[in-house]
Amino acid sequence: MSIDFSKEVDYIARLARLSLEPGEKKKMDAQLSDILDTARRIQEVDTSGIKPTAHVVNMPAAMREDQVRPSLPLNRVLQNVPRREREYVRVPSITKSEQGLKNNPDQG
Amino acid sequence: MELYEYSASYLSRMLQAKEISSVELVRSFLNRIEMVDPQLKAFISCTPSIALDTATQMDNRRIKGEKLHPLAGVPVAVKDNISTEGLRTTCASRILENYIPPYSATVVEKLHWAGMPVLGKTNLDEFAMGSSTENSAFFPTKNPWDLTRVPGGSSGGSAVAVASGMAPLALGSDTGGSIRQPASLCGVTGLRPTYGRVSRYGLIAFASSLDQVGTLAMSARDNAMLLNLIAGHDPLDSTALPERDHDYTARLTEEVKGLRVGVIRQNVAEGFDREVTDAVLKAASFLEENGALVEDASLPMIDYGLSAYYLINPSEASSNLGRYDGVRYGYSSDGSDLGEMFNRTRGEGFGPEVKRRIMIGTYALSAGYYDDYYLQAMKIRTMIRREYEEVFRKYDLLIGAASPTPAFKLGEKTDDPLQMYLSDVCNITDSLAGVPSMAVPSGFHSNGLPMGMQLTAAPQNESLLFRVASFFEQDPELQLGRPRIKLEEEGGS
Repeated sequence: MSIDFSKEVDYIARLARLSLEPGEKKKMDAQLSDILDTARRIQEVDTSGIKPTAHVVNMPAAMREDQVRPSLPLNRVLQNVPRREREYVRVPSITKSEQGLKNNPDQG
Repeated sequence: MELYEYSASYLSRMLQAKEISSVELVRSFLNRIEMVDPQLKAFISCTPSIALDTATQMDNRRIKGEKLHPLAGVPVAVKDNISTEGLRTTCASRILENYIPPYSATVVEKLHWAGMPVLGKTNLDEFAMGSSTENSAFFPTKNPWDLTRVPGGSSGGSAVAVASGMAPLALGSDTGGSIRQPASLCGVTGLRPTYGRVSRYGLIAFASSLDQVGTLAMSARDNAMLLNLIAGHDPLDSTALPERDHDYTARLTEEVKGLRVGVIRQNVAEGFDREVTDAVLKAASFLEENGALVEDASLPMIDYGLSAYYLINPSEASSNLGRYDGVRYGYSSDGSDLGEMFNRTRGEGFGPEVKRRIMIGTYALSAGYYDDYYLQAMKIRTMIRREYEEVFRKYDLLIGAASPTPAFKLGEKTDDPLQMYLSDVCNITDSLAGVPSMAVPSGFHSNGLPMGMQLTAAPQNESLLFRVASFFEQDPELQLGRPRIKLEEEGGS
């Protein structure tokens, strides 16, 4: 039985914060159904009583003293920021607005 | 013979004996890169001046009589998903095309500490998602044995750099075969260490419970030397295993007599290329002739490995790649509000395979599907681990094919992601189990392409893999050498 993925694509893309072109969506419907059909084979296996493995390293959580230590200089931390103003990172408005980032009055 | 043709361990000895300088050596590799990389396209960025600076420093310190690391002055190539401070690190993605890391990965710090000149950053499938290096956002890398074929992936650039003499050693990363499969398609030796043996700090995260940095080289000894340098605990990676004072080169020459070897039935399967499986069986007989006890072994859960892997891997990837939002680094689009900016940045910045994985992962983790997909896959992973624990009570070593076929044609699988995923079918369960796994040349196919076999050992038993790989190197039929002639023909045209 094949999964009809077409109804899901828009919803999943929204969850994943991914804008997809109509052509991409169409291609993805078919490919994801195909892949998920194969992936679903695991549902044949009886796993009752089996604990999940999230990680293969079974070590206690690493602890260290909570000490103040030097960190990277601010300039290096921020060197890749696409829109920077002094030591601030600039982003478009969080709430919906008609005016785009480019039209925003300069707050700096 | 030109300097670039020698193994790293031989070059190390020549440097220590002061027969050659590191500057000469680096120049030889840089010339080789200049000559063949325009066709092969293994490197995203080349760093000749950085490499020559390091070489000069090491030569000066050697002249002064300072005690240096055995790999001091021996050049190395680094996969471009491993962070290098001040040096562009792209993951072969548009979204990180101009990203300059503010710090280096722990493994890169170790290369610097040892004085290894870094020749450049090698090509990969975008974010290491792929098996052919065709998913690079920039260009595909070509297989040096046949320029119409893929080098495998995702560490295709590193495998090609080593195979074609552009670097004696390379670092790669392996999530579900990304070192072993390209190593076998290019005729080199590549190791995925035990999960946690090498620090992941600064390796740009893909699927964190599976990602592991490893080595590619022309011989077992060369791999062991590089692992000696990069292995160890790291306070910056809480999953890095405790320190272990261990010389991986120490047991290379021990015999194989008495070793209990299991040939994994599922990895010499019916559907595989016949010559590939025959080569594995022949290698197993070679071990048997030399006193190993060889039997058929079975890991039935391998049949579910691929399915479980292609849920766990995208789930972790979709979560890890959430950080690419156009705010703090990387490509950034515009939008009338923050949400639109996120959506566009990611839609425009990621390539098709990355989007597919994000979609599958988001689906498998979403409400209503989590139990049936992600949770079930993690339970299958437990069953796979138990099967490995069981099989390693009976056997010291497992052997099978490293890839179902030799290198396939460029473009052959790009429109069929599932077929592309299947090319990692031999490698995936070792990754899920977290055990050390190594691709070793197994001879030539009748079509002239190299073939590879995969050796697997119990956790932390890399030394055994090196020992058996080194034993195979004594068989002249398994000495593949380099794809020299073809390159020169193509290169001259």
